[in-house]
Amino acid sequence: MSAAPKLLRIARRLLPLATGVGMIIAWYAIHLAMSSEQQFLLPTPHEVARAFVDEGPALWGAALNTGGGALLGFGSAVALSFLLALILSLSPLVRASFYPYLMILQMTPIIVMAPILILWVGPGLRSVTIITFLICFFPMVVNTTQGLVSTDRNLVDLFRMCKASKAQEIFLLRVPAALPYFFTGLRIGGTLAPIGAIVGDFYAGNSAGGQGGLGFLAIIYSSRFQMGALFATAAVSCLLGFVFVAGVIALSWLALHKWHESFSQTEN
Amino acid sequence: MSQVDAPPIVELRDVDKRYGDGPLILDKVSLAAQRGDFITLIGPSGCGKSTILKLISGLTPISAGRIVVDGMDPASAVERLAFVFQEPTLLPWLNVSRNVEVPLRLHGTAAAKRAEIVKKSLALVRLADRTDYYPRQLSGGQKMRVSIARALSVSPRILLLDEPFAALDEITRNHLNEELLAIRQQLAWTAFFVTHSVAEAVFLSNRILVMSANPGRMHDELPVDLPYPRTEETRESTAYQKLVGEASRILRSVELLKS
Repeated sequence: MSAAPKLLRIARRLLPLATGVGMIIAWYAIHLAMSSEQQFLLPTPHEVARAFVDEGPALWGAALNTGGGALLGFGSAVALSFLLALILSLSPLVRASFYPYLMILQMTPIIVMAPILILWVGPGLRSVTIITFLICFFPMVVNTTQGLVSTDRNLVDLFRMCKASKAQEIFLLRVPAALPYFFTGLRIGGTLAPIGAIVGDFYAGNSAGGQGGLGFLAIIYSSRFQMGALFATAAVSCLLGFVFVAGVIALSWLALHKWHESFSQTEN
Repeated sequence: MSQVDAPPIVELRDVDKRYGDGPLILDKVSLAAQRGDFITLIGPSGCGKSTILKLISGLTPISAGRIVVDGMDPASAVERLAFVFQEPTLLPWLNVSRNVEVPLRLHGTAAAKRAEIVKKSLALVRLADRTDYYPRQLSGGQKMRVSIARALSVSPRILLLDEPFAALDEITRNHLNEELLAIRQQLAWTAFFVTHSVAEAVFLSNRILVMSANPGRMHDELPVDLPYPRTEETRESTAYQKLVGEASRILRSVELLKS
Protein backbone atom coordinates (compact mmCIF):
# COMPACT_ATOMS: atom_id res chain seq x y z
CA MET A 1 0.00 0.00 0.00
CA SER A 2 1.46 3.35 -1.01
CA ALA A 3 1.43 6.43 1.18
CA ALA A 4 -0.71 8.63 -1.03
CA PRO A 5 -4.07 6.81 -0.73
CA LYS A 6 -3.54 6.44 3.02
CA LEU A 7 -2.98 10.19 3.36
CA LEU A 8 -6.08 10.77 1.27
CA ARG A 9 -8.12 8.57 3.59
CA ILE A 10 -6.92 10.44 6.67
CA ALA A 11 -7.64 13.74 4.96
CA ARG A 12 -11.14 12.55 4.13
CA ARG A 13 -11.80 11.96 7.84
CA LEU A 14 -10.10 15.06 9.16
CA LEU A 15 -11.22 17.70 6.68
CA PRO A 16 -14.94 17.65 7.53
CA LEU A 17 -14.01 17.91 11.20
CA ALA A 18 -11.65 20.80 10.46
CA THR A 19 -14.38 22.56 8.48
CA GLY A 20 -16.70 22.28 11.48
CA VAL A 21 -14.08 23.65 13.88
CA GLY A 22 -13.34 26.46 11.44
CA MET A 23 -17.00 27.41 11.25
CA ILE A 24 -17.31 27.55 15.04
CA ILE A 25 -14.20 29.77 15.23
CA ALA A 26 -15.66 32.03 12.53
CA TRP A 27 -18.94 32.11 14.46
CA TYR A 28 -17.14 33.34 17.62
CA ALA A 29 -15.12 35.80 15.56
CA ILE A 30 -18.24 37.34 14.01
CA HIS A 31 -19.88 37.50 17.43
CA LEU A 32 -16.85 39.32 18.88
CA ALA A 33 -16.64 41.67 15.91
CA MET A 34 -20.21 42.86 16.51
CA SER A 35 -20.94 45.90 18.62
CA SER A 36 -22.05 45.05 22.14
CA GLU A 37 -25.64 46.15 21.57
CA GLN A 38 -25.88 43.93 18.50
CA GLN A 39 -24.19 40.89 20.00
CA PHE A 40 -27.46 39.44 21.30
CA LEU A 41 -28.54 38.84 17.69
CA LEU A 42 -25.91 36.15 17.28
CA PRO A 43 -25.61 34.01 20.42
CA THR A 44 -22.34 32.10 20.77
CA PRO A 45 -22.29 28.28 20.45
CA HIS A 46 -21.96 27.89 24.23
CA GLU A 47 -24.97 30.15 24.78
CA VAL A 48 -26.94 27.93 22.41
CA ALA A 49 -25.69 24.89 24.30
CA ARG A 50 -26.82 26.42 27.57
CA ALA A 51 -30.24 27.15 26.08
CA PHE A 52 -30.45 23.46 25.18
CA VAL A 53 -30.01 22.55 28.83
CA ASP A 54 -32.27 25.27 30.23
CA GLU A 55 -35.05 24.81 27.69
CA GLY A 56 -34.54 21.06 27.29
CA PRO A 57 -37.95 19.83 28.46
CA ALA A 58 -39.78 22.47 26.39
CA LEU A 59 -37.68 21.76 23.30
CA TRP A 60 -37.98 17.97 23.39
CA GLY A 61 -41.68 18.15 24.24
CA ALA A 62 -42.23 20.45 21.27
CA ALA A 63 -40.11 18.22 19.05
CA LEU A 64 -42.26 15.26 20.06
CA ASN A 65 -45.48 17.15 19.26
CA THR A 66 -44.15 18.31 15.90
CA GLY A 67 -42.69 14.88 15.15
CA GLY A 68 -46.08 13.31 15.92
CA GLY A 69 -47.88 15.67 13.56
CA ALA A 70 -45.23 15.14 10.89
CA LEU A 71 -45.48 11.36 11.22
CA LEU A 72 -49.28 11.34 11.09
CA GLY A 73 -49.38 13.70 8.11
CA PHE A 74 -46.59 11.87 6.31
CA GLY A 75 -48.01 8.42 7.03
CA SER A 76 -51.47 9.31 5.79
CA ALA A 77 -49.95 11.01 2.73
CA VAL A 78 -47.96 7.83 1.95
CA ALA A 79 -51.03 5.60 2.25
CA LEU A 80 -53.43 7.85 0.37
CA SER A 81 -50.95 8.86 -2.33
CA PHE A 82 -50.31 5.18 -3.00
CA LEU A 83 -54.03 4.44 -3.29
CA LEU A 84 -54.64 7.44 -5.54
CA ALA A 85 -51.62 6.52 -7.69
CA LEU A 86 -53.07 3.03 -8.15
CA ILE A 87 -56.33 4.56 -9.36
CA LEU A 88 -54.56 7.12 -11.56
CA SER A 89 -52.42 4.42 -13.15
CA LEU A 90 -55.51 2.63 -14.48
CA SER A 91 -55.99 4.91 -17.48
CA PRO A 92 -54.80 8.17 -19.06
CA LEU A 93 -58.39 9.36 -18.93
CA VAL A 94 -58.49 9.04 -15.14
CA ARG A 95 -55.18 10.90 -14.91
CA ALA A 96 -56.39 13.70 -17.17
CA SER A 97 -59.52 14.15 -15.06
CA PHE A 98 -57.67 14.25 -11.71
CA TYR A 99 -54.37 16.02 -12.37
CA PRO A 100 -55.69 19.60 -12.78
CA TYR A 101 -57.30 19.44 -9.33
CA LEU A 102 -54.20 17.95 -7.77
CA MET A 103 -52.30 20.89 -9.21
CA ILE A 104 -54.69 23.28 -7.45
CA LEU A 105 -53.92 21.52 -4.20
CA GLN A 106 -50.21 21.89 -4.84
CA MET A 107 -50.34 25.52 -5.98
CA THR A 108 -52.32 26.89 -3.03
CA PRO A 109 -49.87 28.29 -0.46
CA ILE A 110 -50.11 26.72 2.98
CA ILE A 111 -50.19 30.18 4.60
CA VAL A 112 -53.59 30.71 3.00
CA MET A 113 -54.80 27.22 3.84
CA ALA A 114 -53.87 27.51 7.52
CA PRO A 115 -56.61 29.95 8.61
CA ILE A 116 -59.20 27.88 6.75
CA LEU A 117 -58.04 24.74 8.50
CA ILE A 118 -58.04 26.44 11.90
CA LEU A 119 -61.69 27.36 11.37
CA TRP A 120 -62.53 23.86 10.14
CA VAL A 121 -60.74 21.62 12.62
CA GLY A 122 -59.30 24.01 15.19
CA PRO A 123 -55.62 24.70 15.90
CA GLY A 124 -53.30 21.93 17.03
CA LEU A 125 -52.41 18.41 15.98
CA ARG A 126 -55.25 18.01 13.51
CA SER A 127 -54.37 21.18 11.59
CA VAL A 128 -50.66 20.36 11.71
CA THR A 129 -51.32 16.86 10.40
CA ILE A 130 -53.45 18.11 7.53
CA ILE A 131 -50.92 20.79 6.56
CA THR A 132 -48.13 18.21 6.57
CA PHE A 133 -50.30 15.92 4.49
CA LEU A 134 -50.99 18.68 1.95
CA ILE A 135 -47.28 19.45 1.56
CA CYS A 136 -46.14 15.82 1.12
CA PHE A 137 -49.02 14.41 -0.86
CA PHE A 138 -48.50 15.78 -4.36
CA PRO A 139 -44.90 14.79 -5.08
CA MET A 140 -45.58 11.29 -3.80
CA VAL A 141 -48.69 10.83 -5.96
CA VAL A 142 -46.82 12.03 -9.03
CA ASN A 143 -43.80 9.80 -8.48
CA THR A 144 -45.73 6.65 -7.64
CA THR A 145 -48.10 7.13 -10.58
CA GLN A 146 -45.14 7.65 -12.89
CA GLY A 147 -43.65 4.41 -11.60
CA LEU A 148 -46.87 2.45 -12.01
CA VAL A 149 -47.25 3.47 -15.67
CA SER A 150 -43.58 3.00 -16.59
CA THR A 151 -43.57 -0.81 -16.43
CA ASP A 152 -41.50 -2.46 -19.16
CA ARG A 153 -43.84 -3.11 -22.09
CA ASN A 154 -42.37 -6.59 -22.68
CA LEU A 155 -42.98 -7.60 -19.07
CA VAL A 156 -46.61 -6.57 -19.43
CA ASP A 157 -46.79 -8.66 -22.63
CA LEU A 158 -45.23 -11.59 -20.79
CA PHE A 159 -47.88 -11.34 -18.06
CA ARG A 160 -50.67 -11.11 -20.64
CA MET A 161 -49.34 -14.15 -22.48
CA CYS A 162 -49.45 -16.03 -19.17
CA LYS A 163 -53.09 -14.96 -18.82
CA ALA A 164 -52.36 -12.97 -15.66
CA SER A 165 -55.38 -11.33 -14.04
CA LYS A 166 -55.48 -7.53 -13.73
CA ALA A 167 -54.79 -7.91 -9.98
CA GLN A 168 -51.76 -10.12 -10.66
CA GLU A 169 -50.50 -7.64 -13.22
CA ILE A 170 -50.83 -4.78 -10.72
CA PHE A 171 -49.53 -6.42 -7.56
CA LEU A 172 -46.95 -8.87 -8.93
CA LEU A 173 -45.62 -6.60 -11.66
CA ARG A 174 -46.57 -2.93 -11.67
CA VAL A 175 -46.29 -2.27 -7.93
CA PRO A 176 -42.86 -3.88 -7.39
CA ALA A 177 -41.59 -2.26 -10.60
CA ALA A 178 -42.78 1.11 -9.27
CA LEU A 179 -41.00 0.76 -5.91
CA PRO A 180 -37.91 2.78 -6.91
CA TYR A 181 -40.20 5.64 -8.02
CA PHE A 182 -42.28 5.24 -4.88
CA PHE A 183 -39.19 5.63 -2.71
CA THR A 184 -38.03 8.68 -4.68
CA GLY A 185 -41.39 10.22 -3.81
CA LEU A 186 -40.99 9.05 -0.23
CA ARG A 187 -37.63 10.82 0.04
CA ILE A 188 -39.14 14.07 -1.19
CA GLY A 189 -42.11 13.62 1.14
CA GLY A 190 -39.88 12.67 4.07
CA THR A 191 -37.86 15.86 3.60
CA LEU A 192 -40.99 17.99 3.36
CA ALA A 193 -42.92 16.39 6.25
CA PRO A 194 -40.99 17.89 9.22
CA ILE A 195 -40.85 21.27 7.47
CA GLY A 196 -44.58 21.04 6.80
CA ALA A 197 -45.28 20.17 10.42
CA ILE A 198 -43.20 23.09 11.72
CA VAL A 199 -44.78 25.53 9.28
CA GLY A 200 -48.17 24.10 10.21
CA ASP A 201 -47.41 24.52 13.87
CA PHE A 202 -46.20 28.08 13.27
CA TYR A 203 -49.55 29.07 11.72
CA ALA A 204 -51.99 26.64 13.24
CA GLY A 205 -50.30 25.21 16.32
CA ASN A 206 -52.05 24.91 19.65
CA SER A 207 -50.97 27.45 22.23
CA ALA A 208 -52.42 25.49 25.16
CA GLY A 209 -49.78 24.31 27.65
CA GLY A 210 -47.58 21.49 26.44
CA GLN A 211 -49.34 21.05 23.11
CA GLY A 212 -47.28 23.47 21.03
CA GLY A 213 -44.66 22.27 18.63
CA LEU A 214 -41.41 23.70 17.36
CA GLY A 215 -43.09 26.36 15.23
CA PHE A 216 -45.06 27.58 18.20
CA LEU A 217 -41.94 27.53 20.37
CA ALA A 218 -40.12 29.66 17.79
CA ILE A 219 -42.85 32.30 18.07
CA ILE A 220 -42.58 32.33 21.88
CA TYR A 221 -38.78 32.57 21.93
CA SER A 222 -38.66 35.30 19.31
CA SER A 223 -41.24 37.36 21.19
CA ARG A 224 -39.01 37.12 24.27
CA PHE A 225 -35.79 37.74 22.32
CA GLN A 226 -34.40 34.43 23.63
CA MET A 227 -31.89 34.13 20.83
CA GLY A 228 -30.00 31.14 22.23
CA ALA A 229 -33.26 29.20 22.64
CA LEU A 230 -34.32 30.23 19.13
CA PHE A 231 -31.10 28.81 17.71
CA ALA A 232 -31.60 25.66 19.76
CA THR A 233 -35.11 25.34 18.27
CA ALA A 234 -33.60 25.61 14.80
CA ALA A 235 -31.11 22.89 15.68
CA VAL A 236 -33.84 20.56 16.98
CA SER A 237 -35.92 21.20 13.84
CA CYS A 238 -32.90 20.28 11.76
CA LEU A 239 -32.43 17.11 13.81
CA LEU A 240 -36.07 16.17 13.28
CA GLY A 241 -35.55 16.53 9.52
CA PHE A 242 -32.51 14.24 9.68
CA VAL A 243 -34.45 11.62 11.62
CA PHE A 244 -37.16 11.57 8.95
CA VAL A 245 -34.77 11.39 6.03
CA ALA A 246 -32.72 8.68 7.77
CA GLY A 247 -35.91 6.70 8.38
CA VAL A 248 -36.93 6.92 4.74
CA ILE A 249 -33.45 5.99 3.51
CA ALA A 250 -33.46 2.98 5.85
CA LEU A 251 -36.84 1.88 4.50
CA SER A 252 -35.77 2.21 0.87
CA TRP A 253 -32.57 0.31 1.66
CA LEU A 254 -34.62 -2.51 3.17
CA ALA A 255 -36.88 -2.68 0.14
CA LEU A 256 -34.38 -2.19 -2.68
CA HIS A 257 -30.80 -3.03 -1.71
CA LYS A 258 -30.98 -6.67 -2.76
CA TRP A 259 -31.96 -6.03 -6.34
CA HIS A 260 -31.98 -2.40 -7.41
CA GLU A 261 -29.11 -0.95 -9.44
CA SER A 262 -28.86 2.13 -7.24
CA PHE A 263 -27.46 -0.05 -4.43
CA SER A 264 -25.18 -2.17 -6.59
CA GLN A 265 -21.87 -0.44 -5.84
CA THR A 266 -22.11 -1.11 -2.12
CA GLU A 267 -23.14 -4.70 -2.72
CA ASN A 268 -20.60 -5.98 -5.21
CA MET B 1 -37.48 -32.81 -40.13
CA SER B 2 -41.06 -32.16 -41.16
CA GLN B 3 -43.77 -34.45 -42.41
CA VAL B 4 -45.42 -32.75 -45.33
CA ASP B 5 -48.71 -34.58 -44.81
CA ALA B 6 -49.27 -33.48 -41.21
CA PRO B 7 -51.23 -30.25 -40.73
CA PRO B 8 -48.92 -27.28 -40.11
CA ILE B 9 -48.52 -26.29 -36.44
CA VAL B 10 -48.56 -22.61 -37.41
CA GLU B 11 -50.17 -21.30 -40.54
CA LEU B 12 -50.65 -17.76 -41.81
CA ARG B 13 -52.60 -17.24 -44.99
CA ASP B 14 -52.80 -13.86 -46.71
CA VAL B 15 -52.36 -12.07 -43.42
CA ASP B 16 -52.51 -8.27 -43.39
CA LYS B 17 -51.57 -6.21 -40.36
CA ARG B 18 -51.95 -2.55 -39.62
CA TYR B 19 -52.17 -0.76 -36.27
CA GLY B 20 -55.33 1.36 -36.15
CA ASP B 21 -55.44 3.60 -39.20
CA GLY B 22 -51.66 3.34 -39.63
CA PRO B 23 -49.82 2.13 -42.71
CA LEU B 24 -49.89 -1.50 -43.79
CA ILE B 25 -47.19 -3.37 -41.84
CA LEU B 26 -47.73 -6.82 -43.34
CA ASP B 27 -49.17 -7.40 -46.80
CA LYS B 28 -50.71 -10.80 -47.60
CA VAL B 29 -48.13 -12.78 -45.67
CA SER B 30 -48.44 -16.55 -45.93
CA LEU B 31 -46.33 -19.17 -44.24
CA ALA B 32 -46.74 -22.68 -42.87
CA ALA B 33 -44.55 -24.22 -40.20
CA GLN B 34 -44.41 -27.97 -39.72
CA ARG B 35 -43.92 -29.47 -36.28
CA GLY B 36 -40.22 -29.35 -35.44
CA ASP B 37 -39.34 -26.62 -37.91
CA PHE B 38 -36.77 -24.05 -36.89
CA ILE B 39 -37.79 -21.06 -38.97
CA THR B 40 -35.76 -17.88 -38.99
CA LEU B 41 -37.18 -14.63 -40.33
CA ILE B 42 -34.70 -12.18 -41.77
CA GLY B 43 -35.19 -8.95 -43.66
CA PRO B 44 -34.54 -5.22 -43.51
CA SER B 45 -35.64 -3.22 -40.45
CA GLY B 46 -39.34 -2.51 -40.49
CA CYS B 47 -40.26 -5.53 -42.61
CA GLY B 48 -42.54 -6.79 -39.84
CA LYS B 49 -40.51 -9.81 -38.69
CA SER B 50 -41.27 -9.12 -35.03
CA THR B 51 -44.88 -8.33 -35.88
CA ILE B 52 -45.30 -11.88 -37.18
CA LEU B 53 -44.16 -13.22 -33.79
CA LYS B 54 -46.64 -10.92 -32.06
CA LEU B 55 -49.45 -12.20 -34.27
CA ILE B 56 -48.58 -15.84 -33.58
CA SER B 57 -48.44 -15.16 -29.84
CA GLY B 58 -51.80 -13.40 -29.94
CA LEU B 59 -50.36 -10.21 -28.44
CA THR B 60 -51.95 -8.30 -31.30
CA PRO B 61 -54.71 -9.41 -33.73
CA ILE B 62 -54.40 -9.76 -37.50
CA SER B 63 -56.20 -7.20 -39.68
CA ALA B 64 -57.13 -9.59 -42.50
CA GLY B 65 -56.47 -13.16 -43.58
CA ARG B 66 -56.29 -16.30 -41.49
CA ILE B 67 -53.98 -17.51 -38.75
CA VAL B 68 -54.03 -20.91 -37.09
CA VAL B 69 -51.76 -21.89 -34.22
CA ASP B 70 -51.79 -25.52 -33.16
CA GLY B 71 -55.25 -25.97 -34.62
CA MET B 72 -56.83 -22.92 -32.97
CA ASP B 73 -56.77 -19.16 -32.97
CA PRO B 74 -53.67 -17.56 -31.36
CA ALA B 75 -55.47 -16.27 -28.26
CA SER B 76 -56.52 -19.82 -27.33
CA ALA B 77 -53.13 -21.32 -28.20
CA VAL B 78 -51.20 -18.89 -26.00
CA GLU B 79 -50.55 -21.53 -23.32
CA ARG B 80 -48.71 -23.70 -25.81
CA LEU B 81 -46.12 -21.13 -26.71
CA ALA B 82 -43.45 -19.02 -25.07
CA PHE B 83 -41.84 -15.77 -26.06
CA VAL B 84 -38.20 -14.80 -25.64
CA PHE B 85 -37.76 -11.05 -26.02
CA GLN B 86 -34.86 -9.05 -27.37
CA GLU B 87 -34.01 -7.97 -23.82
CA PRO B 88 -33.82 -10.57 -21.05
CA THR B 89 -36.99 -8.95 -19.62
CA LEU B 90 -36.48 -10.34 -16.12
CA LEU B 91 -38.14 -9.03 -12.99
CA PRO B 92 -35.16 -7.41 -11.24
CA TRP B 93 -36.64 -7.84 -7.75
CA LEU B 94 -36.86 -11.62 -8.07
CA ASN B 95 -33.92 -14.00 -7.95
CA VAL B 96 -33.16 -16.38 -10.79
CA SER B 97 -35.38 -19.27 -9.73
CA ARG B 98 -38.29 -16.97 -8.86
CA ASN B 99 -37.95 -15.38 -12.29
CA VAL B 100 -38.07 -18.73 -14.03
CA GLU B 101 -41.23 -19.73 -12.18
CA VAL B 102 -43.16 -16.53 -12.99
CA PRO B 103 -45.26 -18.11 -15.79
CA LEU B 104 -45.94 -21.16 -13.61
CA ARG B 105 -47.09 -18.99 -10.71
CA LEU B 106 -49.41 -17.10 -13.04
CA HIS B 107 -50.80 -20.40 -14.30
CA GLY B 108 -51.35 -21.52 -10.72
CA THR B 109 -48.95 -24.48 -10.76
CA ALA B 110 -48.39 -26.05 -7.32
CA ALA B 111 -45.19 -25.09 -5.47
CA ALA B 112 -43.60 -28.56 -5.47
CA LYS B 113 -44.19 -28.97 -9.19
CA ARG B 114 -42.82 -25.45 -9.78
CA ALA B 115 -39.60 -26.20 -7.90
CA GLU B 116 -39.08 -29.35 -9.95
CA ILE B 117 -39.62 -27.58 -13.28
CA VAL B 118 -37.43 -24.61 -12.30
CA LYS B 119 -34.62 -26.98 -11.40
CA LYS B 120 -34.92 -28.79 -14.70
CA SER B 121 -35.14 -25.60 -16.78
CA LEU B 122 -32.11 -24.03 -15.09
CA ALA B 123 -30.12 -27.22 -15.57
CA LEU B 124 -30.91 -27.06 -19.29
CA VAL B 125 -29.42 -23.58 -19.58
CA ARG B 126 -26.52 -24.52 -17.26
CA LEU B 127 -27.43 -22.09 -14.50
CA ALA B 128 -28.28 -24.58 -11.76
CA ASP B 129 -25.71 -22.92 -9.48
CA ARG B 130 -27.16 -19.42 -9.84
CA THR B 131 -30.66 -19.93 -8.41
CA ASP B 132 -30.29 -17.30 -5.65
CA TYR B 133 -28.66 -14.63 -7.79
CA TYR B 134 -30.49 -11.44 -8.67
CA PRO B 135 -30.51 -10.35 -12.33
CA ARG B 136 -28.13 -7.45 -11.71
CA GLN B 137 -25.51 -9.94 -10.51
CA LEU B 138 -25.56 -11.81 -13.84
CA SER B 139 -23.79 -11.15 -17.14
CA GLY B 140 -25.77 -10.35 -20.28
CA GLY B 141 -25.45 -13.92 -21.52
CA GLN B 142 -26.54 -15.39 -18.19
CA LYS B 143 -29.58 -13.12 -18.07
CA MET B 144 -30.58 -14.31 -21.52
CA ARG B 145 -30.19 -17.91 -20.36
CA VAL B 146 -32.56 -17.22 -17.47
CA SER B 147 -34.99 -15.72 -19.95
CA ILE B 148 -34.80 -18.89 -22.06
CA ALA B 149 -35.21 -21.09 -18.97
CA ARG B 150 -38.34 -19.11 -18.11
CA ALA B 151 -39.71 -19.71 -21.61
CA LEU B 152 -38.93 -23.43 -21.36
CA SER B 153 -40.64 -23.72 -17.96
CA VAL B 154 -44.08 -23.83 -19.55
CA SER B 155 -43.03 -26.74 -21.85
CA PRO B 156 -44.00 -24.80 -24.95
CA ARG B 157 -44.74 -26.47 -28.26
CA ILE B 158 -43.81 -23.29 -30.08
CA LEU B 159 -40.96 -21.01 -29.08
CA LEU B 160 -40.90 -17.46 -30.41
CA LEU B 161 -37.56 -15.68 -30.17
CA ASP B 162 -37.29 -12.01 -31.14
CA GLU B 163 -33.59 -11.20 -31.69
CA PRO B 164 -32.74 -12.71 -28.32
CA PHE B 165 -28.96 -12.57 -28.73
CA ALA B 166 -28.65 -9.25 -30.57
CA ALA B 167 -27.11 -7.44 -27.62
CA LEU B 168 -24.49 -10.09 -26.87
CA ASP B 169 -20.90 -10.35 -28.07
CA GLU B 170 -20.21 -12.82 -30.85
CA ILE B 171 -18.57 -15.53 -28.75
CA THR B 172 -21.42 -15.57 -26.23
CA ARG B 173 -23.91 -15.52 -29.07
CA ASN B 174 -22.29 -18.52 -30.77
CA HIS B 175 -22.29 -20.43 -27.47
CA LEU B 176 -25.93 -19.69 -26.85
CA ASN B 177 -26.82 -20.71 -30.41
CA GLU B 178 -25.21 -24.10 -29.83
CA GLU B 179 -26.93 -24.45 -26.45
CA LEU B 180 -30.28 -23.55 -27.93
CA LEU B 181 -29.92 -26.30 -30.53
CA ALA B 182 -28.74 -28.76 -27.87
CA ILE B 183 -31.86 -28.04 -25.80
CA ARG B 184 -33.98 -28.47 -28.90
CA GLN B 185 -32.52 -31.96 -29.36
CA GLN B 186 -34.09 -32.84 -25.98
CA LEU B 187 -37.35 -30.89 -26.16
CA ALA B 188 -38.78 -30.84 -29.63
CA TRP B 189 -40.45 -27.47 -30.03
CA THR B 190 -41.10 -25.57 -33.20
CA ALA B 191 -39.14 -22.33 -33.28
CA PHE B 192 -39.67 -18.95 -34.87
CA PHE B 193 -36.53 -16.89 -34.62
CA VAL B 194 -35.98 -13.29 -35.68
CA THR B 195 -32.46 -12.02 -36.27
CA HIS B 196 -30.37 -9.55 -38.25
CA SER B 197 -27.48 -11.99 -38.41
CA VAL B 198 -27.42 -14.14 -41.53
CA ALA B 199 -24.77 -16.42 -39.98
CA GLU B 200 -26.97 -17.02 -36.94
CA ALA B 201 -29.97 -17.71 -39.18
CA VAL B 202 -28.11 -20.34 -41.19
CA PHE B 203 -26.61 -21.98 -38.12
CA LEU B 204 -29.91 -22.38 -36.29
CA SER B 205 -32.63 -23.01 -38.81
CA ASN B 206 -33.82 -25.57 -41.30
CA ARG B 207 -35.75 -22.85 -43.12
CA ILE B 208 -34.95 -19.18 -43.60
CA LEU B 209 -37.73 -16.86 -44.68
CA VAL B 210 -36.55 -13.62 -46.24
CA MET B 211 -38.89 -10.67 -46.05
CA SER B 212 -39.00 -7.32 -47.83
CA ALA B 213 -40.14 -4.06 -46.27
CA ASN B 214 -42.70 -1.27 -46.80
CA PRO B 215 -45.00 -3.08 -46.51
CA GLY B 216 -43.67 -6.35 -45.13
CA ARG B 217 -43.97 -9.18 -47.62
CA MET B 218 -42.63 -12.70 -47.94
CA HIS B 219 -39.84 -12.47 -50.48
CA ASP B 220 -38.04 -15.79 -50.63
CA GLU B 221 -37.38 -18.98 -48.77
CA LEU B 222 -33.99 -20.59 -48.31
CA PRO B 223 -33.96 -24.18 -47.08
CA VAL B 224 -30.94 -25.04 -44.92
CA ASP B 225 -30.24 -28.73 -45.32
CA LEU B 226 -27.32 -28.98 -42.93
CA PRO B 227 -27.63 -31.97 -40.60
CA TYR B 228 -28.37 -31.53 -36.88
CA PRO B 229 -26.74 -31.58 -34.38
CA ARG B 230 -24.76 -28.59 -35.52
CA THR B 231 -21.54 -27.62 -33.80
CA GLU B 232 -18.53 -25.36 -34.17
CA GLU B 233 -17.46 -27.61 -37.06
CA THR B 234 -20.65 -26.78 -38.90
CA ARG B 235 -19.53 -23.15 -39.00
CA GLU B 236 -16.28 -24.17 -40.65
CA SER B 237 -17.90 -26.34 -43.32
CA THR B 238 -18.05 -25.09 -46.90
CA ALA B 239 -21.73 -25.99 -47.16
CA TYR B 240 -22.49 -23.64 -44.24
CA GLN B 241 -20.41 -20.84 -45.66
CA LYS B 242 -22.01 -21.22 -49.06
CA LEU B 243 -25.45 -20.91 -47.48
CA VAL B 244 -24.39 -17.82 -45.52
CA GLY B 245 -23.20 -16.29 -48.79
CA GLU B 246 -26.42 -17.14 -50.53
CA ALA B 247 -28.60 -15.77 -47.71
CA SER B 248 -26.55 -12.57 -47.69
CA ARG B 249 -27.07 -12.19 -51.43
CA ILE B 250 -30.83 -12.57 -51.12
CA LEU B 251 -30.88 -10.11 -48.23
CA ARG B 252 -28.88 -7.58 -50.24
CA SER B 253 -31.25 -7.89 -53.19
CA VAL B 254 -34.15 -7.22 -50.80
CA GLU B 255 -32.36 -4.17 -49.42
CA LEU B 256 -31.95 -2.90 -52.97
CA LEU B 257 -35.67 -3.37 -53.63
CA LYS B 258 -36.35 -0.96 -50.82
CA SER B 259 -34.49 2.00 -52.29
